[in-house]
Amino acid sequence: MAKGIKVRAKVQDGVATIKSLMSHPMETGGRKDKKTGEPIPAHFIQEVTAEINGKNVLTGYWSGGVSKNPYLSFKVKGAKAGDKLKLAWVDNKGESDSIEETIS
Amino acid sequence: MRKSLMIALSLLAAGAAPMAAQASPESDLKQFQEYFMKRFPGVSLAEFGNGVYAIDKASREQWKAIEEFPPYETAIDEGDSLFHKPFANGKSYSDCFPNAEKGIRQNYPYFDTKTGQVKTLEGEINECRVKNGEEPLKWEKGKIASISAYLAYKSRGKKLNVKIPNDPRAMAAYERGKHHFYAKRGQLNLSCANCHQDSSGMHIRADILSPALGHPSHFPVYRSKWGDMGTLHRRYVGCNKQVRAKPFKPQSDEYKALEYFETYMSNGIPVNGPGARK
Amino acid sequence: MSMQRRSFIRGTLAGSAVGVAVSAGLLTPRSVFAEWPSKAFEAKTVDDALMGAYETTAAAESGDITVKAPDIAENGAVVPVTVETSLSGVSTMSIIAEKNPSPLVAKYVLGPNTEGYISMRIKMGKTSNVTAVVEAGGKLYKASKEVKVTIGGCGG
Repeated sequence: MAKGIKVRAKVQDGVATIKSLMSHPMETGGRKDKKTGEPIPAHFIQEVTAEINGKNVLTGYWSGGVSKNPYLSFKVKGAKAGDKLKLAWVDNKGESDSIEETIS
Repeated sequence: MRKSLMIALSLLAAGAAPMAAQASPESDLKQFQEYFMKRFPGVSLAEFGNGVYAIDKASREQWKAIEEFPPYETAIDEGDSLFHKPFANGKSYSDCFPNAEKGIRQNYPYFDTKTGQVKTLEGEINECRVKNGEEPLKWEKGKIASISAYLAYKSRGKKLNVKIPNDPRAMAAYERGKHHFYAKRGQLNLSCANCHQDSSGMHIRADILSPALGHPSHFPVYRSKWGDMGTLHRRYVGCNKQVRAKPFKPQSDEYKALEYFETYMSNGIPVNGPGARK
Repeated sequence: MSMQRRSFIRGTLAGSAVGVAVSAGLLTPRSVFAEWPSKAFEAKTVDDALMGAYETTAAAESGDITVKAPDIAENGAVVPVTVETSLSGVSTMSIIAEKNPSPLVAKYVLGPNTEGYISMRIKMGKTSNVTAVVEAGGKLYKASKEVKVTIGGCGG
């Protein structure tokens, strides 16, 4: 199920700009449920990895301080149209998601 | 700054200027739009669809950053899936909304002379479901907001075109919405107009009050505050609560009338939903 | 900042020994989180966060790093931040919101061809500096931008 990540990857002047939007509650663990007063358990993406043609280009370590439904953009030199991008995340509960996209 | 705003608002208590009681919707519309065009010179009618971002540079920058990859895209995708998934009886939303892919948001709300009711887009989404044996969706968020987001997205660029037929019931609904907009309510004793017309563009603490012109064009909306999508009526509930007034129910006659009035007043502004707001 | 650790982080999970162990079912995915810098993320002060993430607090102010962030955040829950640097040999980039309960928000490890550019959206609890720390050529550099976080009046 990759509906939890959307990605756009485009090359211009020899640099691929990758933009992604992930669906995730990103709970810090510091909030309390308004109705019950109970703390809402921490539930946030801890690691984001990006690979192009199977080689790691970025690893992001995150805290709950990243906004809900996270956005991430980065750039990779030398990537070409047709290259395969893979973006994946794993959260503190061990849940994960990934998406593969061809760079255009 | 807060003090001067409160003074300004209390001066308005003497009688915020609604339009003349005998005026027609057409003349109301002309007056309403002229007021805002004059209050915010240099802002085109279409730009009013961007709310505060049409009138404040600093927040516009942040909005542009969000629009790089707006959070409502997830809702559009979900809405697209939901819209095309057949009901248990084999029919689908396309049977109720045959022109959905061409853009239909701009025609809502409309007055249904057969039933004497104001029809909203969300209202018809649920009517479609019930007609086909499905449970209606909750009104404020979740799936209904996603389907509405998809339909709004498909209607982007189409100019709002709400009609008020020559029917006393339609006129009554319009007048009811207009009355809601100009009537004071809540412990804070404020009307929609106090903030969104007479004080539009001014600060209320750190927020800038959006002009009412263009209000409905970008709904449903992903609000950073909600971390979630919401329909126009979800926002109406919040706004009523903000002035410490008892809110009406989403899709109540009162809010449908308000939506009818507000959207008519924004006629000519292109649909630009779904939107991203703080 | 040992050379060994850095090259492990750079390798893909699949190619590494750990990756093989994961796919063989010998390690659950959670064990892989040995790499998530928990000490850095649990730190409550900027200095402790830097120690946890980099084993030093020494970072030189650099004009070659730009932190693009709003002067006044529209909503503290979603603050767009873009960090860009012209420094060469960038291996890691971190973003710190100094007055957050946990100041370190993110640490990125860059591949050899990945540019010194990160754009993301962060939460800020109150007005504070947003500091970007860039590790380049084995040294740390930093730049900050103050972002004001206010209480809204109406919808916020």
